[in-house]
Amino acid sequence: MEEVVLLGFWTSPYVMRVKIALLEKGVEFEYKEEKDIFEDENKSELLLKSNPIHKKVPTLIHNGRPICESLIILEYIDEVWKQQKQLFSHDPYHRAKARFLIDLFDNKVGDCGRRMWASKGEDQEAAKREFVEFLKLLENELGDKPYFAGDYFGLLDIALIPITCRFYTYETLGKFSVENECPRFMAWVRRCNQRESVSKTLPDPFKVFDFVLEIKKRFSIE
Amino acid sequence: MGEVKLIGTPQSFPCARIEWALRIKGVEYEYIIEDLANKSALLLESNPVHKKVPVLLHNGKPIAESLVILEYIDETWKENPLLPLHPYERALARFWAKFIDEKCVLGVWGATVAEGEEKVKAIDAALESLAFLEKQIEGKKYFGGDKIGYLDIVAGWICHWLIVLEELGEMKLINVERFPSLHEWGQNFLQISPIKDCIPPKETVAQYFSFGINYVRSLASSSK
Repeated sequence: MEEVVLLGFWTSPYVMRVKIALLEKGVEFEYKEEKDIFEDENKSELLLKSNPIHKKVPTLIHNGRPICESLIILEYIDEVWKQQKQLFSHDPYHRAKARFLIDLFDNKVGDCGRRMWASKGEDQEAAKREFVEFLKLLENELGDKPYFAGDYFGLLDIALIPITCRFYTYETLGKFSVENECPRFMAWVRRCNQRESVSKTLPDPFKVFDFVLEIKKRFSIE
Repeated sequence: MGEVKLIGTPQSFPCARIEWALRIKGVEYEYIIEDLANKSALLLESNPVHKKVPVLLHNGKPIAESLVILEYIDETWKENPLLPLHPYERALARFWAKFIDEKCVLGVWGATVAEGEEKVKAIDAALESLAFLEKQIEGKKYFGGDKIGYLDIVAGWICHWLIVLEELGEMKLINVERFPSLHEWGQNFLQISPIKDCIPPKETVAQYFSFGINYVRSLASSSK
């Protein structure tokens, strides 16, 4: 009897990655939403026990054993449920490129994403430029292919699609349009959203925007 | 299985990781030594995003970032596997590798460059991160079990580069009283081939680090 539990929070793109992967694989899982991920004292006992070092979501618990860090969880899911379609390319070079881009994304977009909604003036402008530059890098990587790995929806697509639910927030607070800057990237976004695993997982961008405004108030970010 | 080149410098421990992995796998490679003060066109073309070493070139195709390269090597050359075979063990190894790079390396570096009051806090943070690692190696000869593996390679900087940072930072982090298992692991690790064949002299490592330390400290004092 398999027991799969995912600890998450509805706004986390890293959690969304894991949800999409599990749905694509057809793995049954129980999702447990954290009340609040911003203060340790509000985190669930299960999360603190399962991920004592980082205390973060997503944390996957498979038959009682916790796995942490979204990319590590994605690779784990692909390796354990391998009779279902493979999410990661078989080719070591494509796998290396995907890992490199996901690592770059996690470092870059984590930082410039936050600066786009939390800062103003020159810092915000710089964040926008870095963000757009990064999307153009992804556009180059995508080329003419329907998905990053080619003709199938794979691990890199899964890792990158969740952040797009924040685009409305970035565009509104940063006053720019991703469609104008990176139309090919947006075409890929629309293609991914046609998949049930994605449309069922990504939250309403307007709700995300409202949440960001709440966070700004809560932490007095002007 | 194709032409393999490593762009790097022996003083850099991420580059040492790649040499160790290639040698464990018995892969022949050409080492292209990079002058980091004067980066080559080859490096800039092969790693335009970060412009850093190491970069592995396999049949002309570049792979960058040491942890990414290690997984590539393990997947391409199947003999002497570096990562464990079981998915859960693999997930744990990857988790601790990320922890080492994000917490231990940056923690020790931070403690090295910090001065005054900041230094005390930075040393505490470094010690806290190393304490987690101590627990992981307790009761084991190597992180990989009986044989060295991926996590030993990733943690390898501790047995030599960390000692240089301790001297440059005028601090002691790893000793036999505080971290007996990590200390013993480091001593064992340094004895074996091919690890000991890729250990650069302390003086060149100190010189390599000093440049970075002075740069960081000058930024800190100019922003005051």
